[in-house]
Amino acid sequence: MSTTATAASEEKSPRFRINIGAILMEGRALVALLLIIVIFASMNDNYLAAGNLATIAKDVAFNAIIALGMLLVILKGGIDLSVGSTVGLTGAVAGNLFAGVSLPLTDAVMYPSLWVIVVIAVAVGMLVGWINGLLISRLNLAPFIVTLGMLYVGRGLTQVLLGGTNITNELRGEPGLNNEGLFSIFASYPLGVPISAWVMIALAVIFSLLLTRTPFGRWLYATGSNERAAELSGVPVRRVKTRVYVFTGMCAGIVGILQIANIRSATADLGNLYELNAIAAVVIGGAALSGGRGTVRGTIIGAFVIGFLTNGLVIVGVSPFWQTVITGAVIILAVATDQIQQIVQRRRAHARAVAQAQKDSARRGSLESKETS
Amino acid sequence: MSEERTDHQELSPTQNHDGADVVLRAVGISKTYGVTRALKGVNFEVRAGEVTVLFGENGAGKSTLMKILSGVETPTAGHLELDGEQVTLASTSAAVDRGISIIHQELNLNPNLKVRDNIFLGREKNSWRGIDYAEQSRITAEVMERLEEPISPDTYVQDLRVGQQQIIEIARALSTDARILIMDEPTSALSTAEVTVLFKIIRELKRQGVAIVYISHHLEEAIEIADRAVVFRDGELVAAEDAADIDLLWVVRTMVGRDADYDFREEPREHGGVALSIRDVSVADPISGKFPVDHVSLDVHQGEIVCLYGLMGAGRTELMEALAGRDQLAGGQVLLGEKDLRGTGVARRIELGVGLVPEDRQRDGLIQMQSVGKNLSLASLSSWVGGGLLRRGAETRAVSGQISGIGVKTAGPEAPISSLSGGNAQKVVIGKMLLTDPTVLLLDEPTRGVDVGAKGEIFSLLFQQAQKGLAVLFATSDVGEALTASHRIVVMSRGRTVRSFDPRTATREEVMAAAEDSTGASPGAPEALSTTGSTNGAQG
Ligand SMILES: Nc1ncnc2c1ncn2[C@@H]1O[C@H](COP(=O)(O)OP(=O)(O)OP(=O)(O)O)[C@@H](O)[C@H]1O
Ligand SMILES: [Mg+2]
Repeated sequence: MSTTATAASEEKSPRFRINIGAILMEGRALVALLLIIVIFASMNDNYLAAGNLATIAKDVAFNAIIALGMLLVILKGGIDLSVGSTVGLTGAVAGNLFAGVSLPLTDAVMYPSLWVIVVIAVAVGMLVGWINGLLISRLNLAPFIVTLGMLYVGRGLTQVLLGGTNITNELRGEPGLNNEGLFSIFASYPLGVPISAWVMIALAVIFSLLLTRTPFGRWLYATGSNERAAELSGVPVRRVKTRVYVFTGMCAGIVGILQIANIRSATADLGNLYELNAIAAVVIGGAALSGGRGTVRGTIIGAFVIGFLTNGLVIVGVSPFWQTVITGAVIILAVATDQIQQIVQRRRAHARAVAQAQKDSARRGSLESKETS
Repeated sequence: MSEERTDHQELSPTQNHDGADVVLRAVGISKTYGVTRALKGVNFEVRAGEVTVLFGENGAGKSTLMKILSGVETPTAGHLELDGEQVTLASTSAAVDRGISIIHQELNLNPNLKVRDNIFLGREKNSWRGIDYAEQSRITAEVMERLEEPISPDTYVQDLRVGQQQIIEIARALSTDARILIMDEPTSALSTAEVTVLFKIIRELKRQGVAIVYISHHLEEAIEIADRAVVFRDGELVAAEDAADIDLLWVVRTMVGRDADYDFREEPREHGGVALSIRDVSVADPISGKFPVDHVSLDVHQGEIVCLYGLMGAGRTELMEALAGRDQLAGGQVLLGEKDLRGTGVARRIELGVGLVPEDRQRDGLIQMQSVGKNLSLASLSSWVGGGLLRRGAETRAVSGQISGIGVKTAGPEAPISSLSGGNAQKVVIGKMLLTDPTVLLLDEPTRGVDVGAKGEIFSLLFQQAQKGLAVLFATSDVGEALTASHRIVVMSRGRTVRSFDPRTATREEVMAAAEDSTGASPGAPEALSTTGSTNGAQG
């Protein structure tokens, strides 16, 4: 039998190891984060100044929003390399819409209003994700390949749309065209906190509800760990697989808008390498690349680790080349710590069990001698 | 306690020379997983040239002890003695080097590799040119011949049925030339004929002095092959006897602590209208182009429990999967009540009330990374949604109810599914489907790896549900089960339904003979089946 009542009562309510494990795992990322903060704060007084914190918050938010989408894909056991390009593409689409669309067959130029632009940009991101998703779930293509291809396609289209220049002035909009306000809304600081951070918080709440409190979330975890069993349990596996890419696309679209508002320009290299930072955040947050394991909380902490680290390295004046080296090393270290911690934990549990067994056999021995006497 | 101890003493003379043929001895073995104490100070021994059979309920600790003997797990306390010397088995390969091999209860094959590469995984035959595939193929073919199984060494394991995969596991263990061979439920997916072959091999090995440990929930089969019988209960060895002195009744009583025989033949039966109508259904195998299911017609009524009896490869699994919506039909029609199920997938069919408990629980039934509770609720999440969110209270209540309802031995809904013993995991898969509130329940070998007590519980659960109108179609290759736990037996052979029996009047021999003999299939048989079904009449 499993837990005999005696076993439970003898060892004073040891809680499940998985829970402790999960807490420690996120704890590890948290410890890393605190360490980073303490080290850089002691090296440079400006590190924790309000101005710098706002900068960090913005960077963290951009990465975290993308990472949330990436988390879903990774939970499914997939990967999305195209998100960075999609950020660029949606930025370029939005930029072009601000510049006005000349309608075919007429001389008229149409200027969509601000919110229409926002919706279209996000929709373009979702469309890209949907195409990824369909190719992956219907044609059974490898996510790595499909999204790698899409990385090129997206970046290429961005360059086509921008035609070698950046769109900058047009982003401001013009009075009377109803397309003003990009900066005043999407680069604002409600309550002193950058709007992107608010968006990150809102999305984190939504995604964590999605993952833990909806059937979709359960289906996603199930599909990520055993697709066949999930399918036979009635999980709409293909729909789940398609949808996660739509979510990453959506996140990329949101970041596209936030970024052009932030840097006040739609550029061809916008969002470059975002996919890698996002993957790093998800992994530092304790997710398994093979699918089925990972949390929103971990991912957000992961994004904070990367954000605080990158900014800290800049602020203490580490050369950009070394910054890259150190960032890479920290990622590896974080994931390695995870493994080491698990090993240590297992050893400790084993030692505890051995002690218990010895106590048992001692007791058994005394019982036996009583019986025989 | 003291009585059992003396029993044990008699059989394990540790000091005198009688113990000379004891090749492997486990002394005071304990094993603890978290709060679960799987083994509590077990003394156990294995003798050369003998078959030691282990009996015990699901979760009694049998597999755990075997894992320790074969180097998969290390004991929390106690030690092993091989030929009288204390040894530590750090890994399975260390065990294999010392001549100890194990066939695991759960399949451990790499589906994407060929049969031969699976058999030699980790101990490849090398020549100066690298792996000697020719030699590996030759040995594989030899072992297959010995097992009387026409599987080519070049077949990919993913293309094999569960039963065949189990044969590959056996072949792998045989090919190591072990002198201690542990078989943890090697026959759960094998046909009678294959079991006969295996037993022949076991007897051969015995003559060569190989020590064999054998675990099976097919009790009669296990008693037949046993030289010594050892019974486990709750992690303790409670009895050890010479096989000559025991019988089925003793085994059941000792392992369950009561009579656990089940027989539902005399249960009242009230059948309603046709719940599931299978009409002239064929299923094609895209690879071979053959028809594993070939024009099958069968009606299952509300409240009726139909047993689909047949040997391995008879097409039962293919039929079940097609009925569940996993595979396309090559022809024919499936009706749920009045509704044609054409074009509906697995998810939709579960919604409509047709659920399948698949044959291979590891691969198709369980989400290994998740908890017992989340596995149980997976198929019916939609029924607990309120305002877009899961009502976790309702879910937890349903799940806890199900755990106690079907008697899953677990630390609780939060326990990881990987901590369950084989039989308890099976109950979770069944419980998951019952939670979807089906009108037709399909079960493919539902008692695979389930202990006698639990088998009875599972069937009485099915009979209870049937009283409320559930239609059940279950596949089995265990005649005893077919005869005692169904309202009607339909025999399937080579993709066709060949005969139908009333379990109250049929004999084991008749049923088995029908399954072996495929020439008995007459064109008229399908129609005959439907009519006998609706009248619950005698044999077709
Ligand atoms: N890896 C594990 N982690 C936690 N608990 C485990 C683990 N493996 C086994 N157990 C527990 O140890 C006990 C003994 O399990 P074991 O697999 O040995 O049973 P068994 O006798 O082989 O049962 P069955 O007949 O169902 O195969 C069970 O309560 C099981 O839940
Ligand atoms: Mg077992």
